[in-house]
Amino acid sequence: MSADTKSSDLAALTIAGARDALRKGEVTSVELTQACLSRIEGADALGAFVHKTPEIALERARAADDRLAKGDAPAMCGIPIGIKDLFCTEGVPSQAASRILEGFLPQYESTVSAKLRDAGSVMLGKLNMDEFAMGSSNETSVYGNAVNPWRRDGDDTALTPGGSSGGSASAVAADLCLGATGTDTGGSIRQPAAFTGITGLKPTYGRCSRWGVVAFASSLDQAGPMTKTVRDAAIMFGAMAGHDPKDSTSADLAVPDFEAMLTGDIKGKVIGLPREYRMDGMPAEIEKLWAEGADMLRDAGAEIRDISLPHTKYALPAYYVIAPAEASSNLARYDGVRYGHRATLAQGDGITEMYEKTRAEGFGPEVQRRVMVGTYVLSAGFYDAYYNRARKVRALIKRDFDQAFEAGVDAILTPTTPSAAFGLGEMTEADPVAMYLNDVFTVTVNLAGLPGIAVPTGTDAKGLPLGLQLIGRPWEEGELLNAAYALESAAGFVSKPAKWW
Amino acid sequence: MSIDIETARRVAKLARIKVEDDHLPDLAQEFNNILGFIEQLNEVDVEGVEPMTSVTPMRLKRRTDEVTDGGMQDRILANAPDAREGFFAVPKVVE
Repeated sequence: MSADTKSSDLAALTIAGARDALRKGEVTSVELTQACLSRIEGADALGAFVHKTPEIALERARAADDRLAKGDAPAMCGIPIGIKDLFCTEGVPSQAASRILEGFLPQYESTVSAKLRDAGSVMLGKLNMDEFAMGSSNETSVYGNAVNPWRRDGDDTALTPGGSSGGSASAVAADLCLGATGTDTGGSIRQPAAFTGITGLKPTYGRCSRWGVVAFASSLDQAGPMTKTVRDAAIMFGAMAGHDPKDSTSADLAVPDFEAMLTGDIKGKVIGLPREYRMDGMPAEIEKLWAEGADMLRDAGAEIRDISLPHTKYALPAYYVIAPAEASSNLARYDGVRYGHRATLAQGDGITEMYEKTRAEGFGPEVQRRVMVGTYVLSAGFYDAYYNRARKVRALIKRDFDQAFEAGVDAILTPTTPSAAFGLGEMTEADPVAMYLNDVFTVTVNLAGLPGIAVPTGTDAKGLPLGLQLIGRPWEEGELLNAAYALESAAGFVSKPAKWW
Repeated sequence: MSIDIETARRVAKLARIKVEDDHLPDLAQEFNNILGFIEQLNEVDVEGVEPMTSVTPMRLKRRTDEVTDGGMQDRILANAPDAREGFFAVPKVVE
């Protein structure tokens, strides 16, 4: 076997496969890490890794090998992963893909990345994303686009990996790392996972600490794993989850062994299909994928039940009030005083000019748009008409789900996205609202605070991956992962993108 | 509800983002598109509905009111664009 083949094979391992091989001593973490680093070196065309940290990676890999040699190492020990640029990592650039945080070197480590580090996992670098996680195509990043490793059959158009966790999705799909962290405010883990044929889990709001994660919309943001398989998601999630006194919204609940809950047995479970997700103009391929997914779960012994979530239609408009409102408040901290970019001032400029010029230079157009929309909906006279009304609609959206679960539904099956990955630049001229529609199936889950997982189950006519989403009861990610595992096993999706980069 | 150029100017000012005059008409138009989309919320009957506050009712954790952190001035100032004598430095604030 040539060195190159070996390195590709190692980087293509799943987390579960690598863990087992590490524990048996068949491979070392240093070997795995070097394999990933060499894949990353050859993959600049994907724009996935935007800050590479090979020294940190090799140092942690050596430490992991020592720990493994002593036995009793946790499952993530020695596993090379990528970290989304939204997570603050000590001494390593963390700029939320924004110009305004250029040069910022955090003096601290986010709780989630610290937990992964303490479990022995190896950080390979920071991953591209939409600026401040605002976007669905990774085109708002200051680093430039992340590119999908998948292409349409016989067509070399560059496609989006989705967003906002586009770099994470691209890196995992292209075997640059074994898993990656993502964050999801309206669909930012699940939509890119679907666009790149990988698995992405958005946990229940409060399951993973938000401390040290650059805030976008605090009542919606949640970190989660992006991996090659459902089992890997269960393993990585177990290392990320748990109570953190530094995040007041973090839930003080025990973290079960999610992997042990993957029995694949879903006999007698009730899977709901919400009729409101059958959108006008939905591509036939998506409709077919969804029906096939329901058949797979039925064949596995689940009961498929039609359900209604009547307020679904209002989820996106409610989201586009709440998320910008929270963003305008969260992003007020970027003022050129304590960290990041400060504009060069003209003679006589005072502090107001400093704020205004700094923020005009530091924020890209989509971030500026959302901050200003948020400012407007929170401004005197409009607060009740927009913001409070949206929060009430949000309560109704959550009630729809509560009622479905009370009626005995265990999980809900929907498409993840309304289409397969689209071309980079294809939506540039479109109205921002057209881009927002990417989140139509995922955003309800954030508003209700529920766990949701995207699982690849098929391809479209042009060979691009498509995914289905399962939505679970709050705090029951273990059950949800098990349903996803059953779906994954039945779908048997094993396609990989052909290497062109 | 239609946003005019003056409103767009006022919102930009409130958000502390400098927007050049010639960009205001486009900005106002973008606001109108987004707000037009948001207007759908008016169709929903929200009479008697309490705004959502949390996924599961959770009492905020309490702890003793004592200092648990601090004494790291250099690290706090490490990323400041301008820090002098242990303080953040900014342009003149008061005339």
